[in-house]
Amino acid sequence: MNASLLEVDGLTVELPGTARPVLDAVTLRVAAGEVVGLVGESGSGKSVTARAALGLLPPGARRAGRVLVGGEDVLGAGQGRLRALRAAEVSMVFQDPRAGINPVRRIGDFLTEPLRLTRRWNRRRAEERAVELLAAVGLPEPERQLRRYPHQLSGGMLQRVMIAGALAGEPRLLLCDEPTTALDVSTQAEILALLGRLQRERGLGLLLITHDVELAAATCDRVYVMYAGRIVERATAAELFGRPRHPYTIGLLGSTPPLTGPPARLRPVPGTPIGLDEAAPGCAFAVRCAFAQAGRCDQEVPALLPLVDGADGAGHAAACVRLAEIPSPAEEVRP
Amino acid sequence: MTPLLEVTGLRKAYGPTLAVDGVSFSLPPGGALGLVGESGSGKTTTARMLVGLERPDSGSISVLGRPLAPAVHGRAARLARAKAVQMVYQDPYLSLDARLTIGETLDGVLRLHGHHDRSARAARVREVLAQVGLGDREAAAHPRRLSGGQRQRAAIARALAVEPAVLVLDEAVSALDVSVQAQVLNLLTDVRREAGIGLVFVSHDLAVVRYVCDEALVLWQGRPVEHRPLPELLAGPEHPYTRLLLASVPHPGWDPGGIARRRRALSELVPGERPD
Ligand SMILES: Nc1ncnc2c1ncn2[C@@H]1O[C@H](COP(=O)(O)OP(=O)(O)OP(=O)(O)O)[C@@H](O)[C@H]1O
Ligand SMILES: Nc1ncnc2c1ncn2[C@@H]1O[C@H](COP(=O)(O)OP(=O)(O)OP(=O)(O)O)[C@@H](O)[C@H]1O
Ligand code: SF4
Ligand SMILES: [Mg+2]
Ligand SMILES: [Mg+2]
Repeated sequence: MNASLLEVDGLTVELPGTARPVLDAVTLRVAAGEVVGLVGESGSGKSVTARAALGLLPPGARRAGRVLVGGEDVLGAGQGRLRALRAAEVSMVFQDPRAGINPVRRIGDFLTEPLRLTRRWNRRRAEERAVELLAAVGLPEPERQLRRYPHQLSGGMLQRVMIAGALAGEPRLLLCDEPTTALDVSTQAEILALLGRLQRERGLGLLLITHDVELAAATCDRVYVMYAGRIVERATAAELFGRPRHPYTIGLLGSTPPLTGPPARLRPVPGTPIGLDEAAPGCAFAVRCAFAQAGRCDQEVPALLPLVDGADGAGHAAACVRLAEIPSPAEEVRP
Repeated sequence: MTPLLEVTGLRKAYGPTLAVDGVSFSLPPGGALGLVGESGSGKTTTARMLVGLERPDSGSISVLGRPLAPAVHGRAARLARAKAVQMVYQDPYLSLDARLTIGETLDGVLRLHGHHDRSARAARVREVLAQVGLGDREAAAHPRRLSGGQRQRAAIARALAVEPAVLVLDEAVSALDVSVQAQVLNLLTDVRREAGIGLVFVSHDLAVVRYVCDEALVLWQGRPVEHRPLPELLAGPEHPYTRLLLASVPHPGWDPGGIARRRRALSELVPGERPD
């Protein structure tokens, strides 16, 4: 197996004034050349996990566990070391593109400045590289875009500028937080074609946070499912979408509107996600789970255990005390 | 019956960029129109003109038979405008005030729209937030302290609190995970049916558009290229871009490289020339 680019090892993050940890013993890895999906409930901690890989934690956070990028502990690293890692090793495409860019600077400055500062390239060389990157993410008239301001670009154009920026330093690990949510599907395909090429040619490792189950199924090698700060299921993409086992994952797949067939009312997972101000004694999903059983599910936190029945193969694991009794809806979920 | 929204011949250019050209449609009470198209095709620009954030170069917009004034002056006119059309942006930070908690923002909106009783307002704030799956902790939080999807739901709640005639959503459910998204989509179909609110729904997700809308208008390089009921559009897309759009939906065996090549070939066509 390839060396891990990212190793999150039992990461727990607690914020002041909350009843449960934001992240609770999260363990995940991304190897070189691997595309790993992270899906899950809104507020379950996906972005906090990805940001931790950049050495960023919410203010006031207390943490336990480790986050290794290229073997180096980023949560213990000093500012200088972090800057160096972010320049060469790991970069991130943030969820809200407009929040990550200075509105009064031109696109060209945003893209060339890091190259000029960290690589000491001259303006001309940095601009050539920026044009190349913008063309690679499918922006028309890349030279012209360099002179424009963020507000002059559409949402999807700006999102692609952010992706170009994240690729500028040729990172080995790319963290993509909903990178294509604002993109139409054909532009999305163009971005994923580019990332796929980098993955094959340069062994880029990719952590792809997405709520788009179909996209994760079509692009990821492995997928982790998060709920209320915990990993509740992990498997290869084929396994997870073919034979989901955790009740939350099953509910998630059932909530996706289909593109074909009779349009029936959607059946979302009932209830609302559990907030940071609520703590559950046992399984955090119990209040919404159709299979919840008093006396079992509310006793202790279900551990993420490997599935032992042959068909599940290596690596499929789920955190549910009633796994053996819950049928995987396999075919009904994904026709 | 007077249409809720009547739009004719909208056009908007930014210098050399013709962002929107020749967009017309009409929306009956409780109607829902999907606006789809590739990145940069003019969807947000169209939406911004509908809420009066952008002045069209030509064309007209009327809500309930009354032309939307090009500029609004005074508090009463502003409130009437807000009540006519509300928009939820792609970027939730635009709908929310970073200095206020979510609860304060919603309370302010209700106060502005003439809800004077403090405790009734508090109850209404809770009710609207509950509709989008947010509770007391989120109500007490500032936007920065929420997850992306929580922020987006807060922005939707803010727009719904105004009880507008027309709600324009610009990729507003794209960032939501599917189980929360399903709740919001059901909520949108309910406000359509029960309150007769009209929806203009910008989304790249055709399955979602099919779920929420009756018909869709496909934009390509600022121009409408197809405007048909959804079942028809999905069963027999006519314009090459619409066909590409359908082929691009992720599915097993999806080939992003092939789609990217088709997309580039299409974009090299001269704008205005009808490809085939
Ligand atoms: N800076 C912060 N300060 C305090 N709380 C925070 C901060 N950032 C996130 N949170 C909280 O931590 C939890 C996890 O947030 P996170 O952004 O990781 O969610 P997510 O899984 O990315 O959700 P989404 O799909 O909605 O983006 C949420 O309850 C959120 O409100
Ligand atoms: N304020 C502005 N100044 C100059 N050009 C602009 C401005 N706003 C939009 N444009 C241009 O108008 C075109 C249409 O943009 P618009 O934001 O409407 O696209 P969109 O369909 O919403 O795209 P996306 O799916 O990426 O959000 C783009 O070429 C964009 O660069
Ligand atoms: S542990 Fe119990 S409540 Fe939790 S997912 Fe399994 S069955 Fe449901
Ligand atoms: Mg997030
Ligand atoms: Mg837009």
